[in-house]
Amino acid sequence: MTLKSFLAAGAFVAASAVAMPAIAGETLDAVRDRGELRCGVNTGLAGFSNPDSEGNWQGLDVDVCKAIAASILGDADAVSYTPLTAQQRFTALQSGEVDVLSRNTTWTLTRDTSLGLHFAPITFYDGQGFMVRKELGVESVHDLDGATICVQPGTTTELNLADFFRANEMDFEPVVIEDFEEVNAAYFAGRCDAYTTDSSGLASVRSTAPDPTAHMILPEIISKEPLGPAVRQGDDEFFNIVKWVVYALIEAEEYGVNSENLEEMRETSENPGIKRLLGAEPGMGEHLDLEEDWAYNAIEAVGNYGEIFERNVGPDTDLGLERGINGLWTDGGLMYAMPVR
Amino acid sequence: MTMPNTQHMSETSQRPPVTRVGVIGWLRANLFNTWYNSLLTILILWLFYKAIPPFVDWAILDAVWGNVESTVCRQTDGACWAFLYEKANLILFGLYPFEEQWRPTIAMIIFVSLVALSCHPKAWRKSLIFAWVIGVPAIAILMWGGILGLSYVPNTRWGGLPLTLLLSGLGLMFGFPIGVFLALGRRSNMPTIRTICITYIELIRGVPLITILFMASVMFPLFLPTGLTIDKLLRAQIGLIMFASAYLAEAVRGGLQSLPSGQYEAADSLGLSYWKKMRLIILPQALRISIPALVNSFISFFKDTSLVIIIGLFDLMGATKAALTDAAWRGFYKEAYLFTAIIYFVFCFFMSKYSQYLEQRLYTGTRR
Repeated sequence: MTLKSFLAAGAFVAASAVAMPAIAGETLDAVRDRGELRCGVNTGLAGFSNPDSEGNWQGLDVDVCKAIAASILGDADAVSYTPLTAQQRFTALQSGEVDVLSRNTTWTLTRDTSLGLHFAPITFYDGQGFMVRKELGVESVHDLDGATICVQPGTTTELNLADFFRANEMDFEPVVIEDFEEVNAAYFAGRCDAYTTDSSGLASVRSTAPDPTAHMILPEIISKEPLGPAVRQGDDEFFNIVKWVVYALIEAEEYGVNSENLEEMRETSENPGIKRLLGAEPGMGEHLDLEEDWAYNAIEAVGNYGEIFERNVGPDTDLGLERGINGLWTDGGLMYAMPVR
Repeated sequence: MTMPNTQHMSETSQRPPVTRVGVIGWLRANLFNTWYNSLLTILILWLFYKAIPPFVDWAILDAVWGNVESTVCRQTDGACWAFLYEKANLILFGLYPFEEQWRPTIAMIIFVSLVALSCHPKAWRKSLIFAWVIGVPAIAILMWGGILGLSYVPNTRWGGLPLTLLLSGLGLMFGFPIGVFLALGRRSNMPTIRTICITYIELIRGVPLITILFMASVMFPLFLPTGLTIDKLLRAQIGLIMFASAYLAEAVRGGLQSLPSGQYEAADSLGLSYWKKMRLIILPQALRISIPALVNSFISFFKDTSLVIIIGLFDLMGATKAALTDAAWRGFYKEAYLFTAIIYFVFCFFMSKYSQYLEQRLYTGTRR
């Protein structure tokens, strides 16, 4: 074989490897063959995905994985979790190491386009907030002109902070500390007047304070961080499944269907919406290429969206977050499911 | 018998001044013999005084012991050892299924025993190979399971101390022989082999370990066709072996270069082939000389494996960090890191002590 033909053959092999056509449903088939869903999660973020003391994954993002697995395979435990760092997460999804990325990832234009992701509906609306010591007498972010502010580097948090203060023509002095525990300790030790991170994180940081009541979270949110599960582009069937599993969880809450009254609802409810959702009236599962009890299984495994929220990040947990904008649209929140019909 | 206290007797048996003997004498001779030593002594005593009582207060007197809720811990300033009761399993075993954690425990005991056995010169016989031949599959069966009624545990769920020992153990076991060959290759007379070895060693040594791990975990999968994935743990392990081999090669090369050329010439004049020369004459001496450098690399490599945290593997350090993310137990990082530090210290300390013993034993010809 001459060098030229050798190179040509190599180029052909490379081209055919790259130009693998996206066969519709290949992810779904792969998940079924494997018997488990591969889910990319955070290596540790309280309330969203972190291992409990016995090494089992728990959290809001983890429950989304469980719901998808329950819908496809009928078994919420048929998930293999891959803990991913912020740098690894997109590669892991693109290379097929994970089927779905449920890892507190913000939906942005760039990620939708240049990274080739499809975002399923938002499962948590986060945003950047501030915490201050009450003794400062600060009521609003706009009182923070000239303040020292503790912040972690490398994330959009630092960028948002600078943008916000510049836009409002205020000065601030950043205290930039890489390690999460260190930055918390610095704030509690009084090295900075205010502490900024995602509002879901602020509440849990406050709960670790020696005296949580001495600190308050300011009402303003200075950035939008819509977090949702993401899949690869090019497999619309699987995208549909992830999308509609999330909608089903939200719609279940809208209908008042929860993990306790689920069976009773399927047997007795006359509401056509509930009957369609739970598979008492067939058809929806078939459209998704799933069993008719897909949504039933998901809700049975993890409950409706409200239950997931309450269990992982709600007021009774250590994070202690209010529903706020994550409430149903009927309660003034942003959670709005497209109709399952 | 009492002697009359004569002038003569008292002169010969007069004790030295009290400031020259006993505790005071020792203090004067060693701690206060010059003005700057006195100053240093006082400074260090002051540091001890400042550091030790608060540490004892924190770690023992004010500490919360026993299996209690985190809310109890938050009410004192002392250490919260309850954190370790709650999280020790997660830190030590990562995500390994809770009910099955006796398996990695036994696997670790087998591994540590095998290593300890291999350290003992009396065990350097053929039977040692048999011990490894039986021990390694036993460890694999315990960790993976899937046969003999043990449930299958995929290696994505391995973590904690077993993972640290695995990554560093396999890294050194494969890295060391590769390193020896690289060192020999680098000093080879054959230009191709020499160039390849030099390129490899300089390339790997020229980039940080974190870059190699990133390449293995982030870049490498992009070059593979969609759907084909190579296990994350395997990729990291191969990256670590590559890294270890390059560094160990340089340590061995140091030993090779410090041998007088007479040794090489003597071996040649005996008509030994290249491999016999290396195996019988050169390497036994070169490796002995490189022990301190090798152990230095071993110890730093053992600790460097904690960098796999950046690719999402839960080794001992990663599992410690994961344990700290529990909202209920957040903030007890001093306890967690102290615990992990002690584990790392124990392993590194024994490695260091063993190397000293080995040097003592092998340096019989040049001992001073």
